[in-house]
Amino acid sequence: MATKIATFVTMLLFWVLLSGMFDAFHLSVGVLSCLLVTLFSHELLFYGDKKRSWLHGTLGVVRYFPWLFWQIVVANLQVAYIVLHPRMLDLIDPRLIRFKTFLKRPIAKVALAQSITLTPGTITVNIDEDQFTVYALTRSAAESLPGEMERRVGKALEPAS
Amino acid sequence: MLWIAGSLVVAGMFFFAVGVIGLLRFPDFYTRLHAAGKCDSLAAVLVILGVALYNLADFSLASLLVSLKILAIAVFVFVASPTATHAIAEAALVIGVEPWSKKDQEQ
Repeated sequence: MATKIATFVTMLLFWVLLSGMFDAFHLSVGVLSCLLVTLFSHELLFYGDKKRSWLHGTLGVVRYFPWLFWQIVVANLQVAYIVLHPRMLDLIDPRLIRFKTFLKRPIAKVALAQSITLTPGTITVNIDEDQFTVYALTRSAAESLPGEMERRVGKALEPAS
Repeated sequence: MLWIAGSLVVAGMFFFAVGVIGLLRFPDFYTRLHAAGKCDSLAAVLVILGVALYNLADFSLASLLVSLKILAIAVFVFVASPTATHAIAEAALVIGVEPWSKKDQEQ
């Protein structure tokens, strides 16, 4: 029930944000459609199980984002340095690497893949079951994987074990 | 406020410029994909933040809603950009585009 209410409130806030109209007609249409969406797909947005409440999981995701953004900034500066370096070809050493992840939930794997692709210097090429194929621009970018990012995604999205 | 917004946009433009330079300088398809797909993520977000902040200069409910919508663009970019990059990279790998490596340089 709590996840239903949370989904409904989130949807309604998004509706109000996009419509920007506060008269009775627009609000009631919004409430109606948010109720329908909540009924059909309330288990998609917030996820929880017996070991771990949905609120805990959502807070984990919220805590993960600032860290991810900081990683993106740092990695962007590194790539900017490589791009602008006069002897750029000596600095880069592209390679394909493969590693196995301990993440189980599909959404956690996708989040890790997107995070890897977002941080410059690494692109996730493929996920096959628990096998990640990543294309890295430099040796150091390749060696930093999976490492801390996987741990943090696991903390944010995996049920506690 | 105007100064912060301006410097965010200028910083974003710097990263866009780096992305373009990288696109021209890198040796092969995959490394160019790095430059194109990556610098864009931060650069676009910086520019979007700057524009959203600039829009808040005369504060009202309407301008706040518009700024939040602009921020929603940043969220979509964050989801769509890596997905596209990943799709292009995998397509190239499936077709069999050879990656550049250190050995090619020495020959």
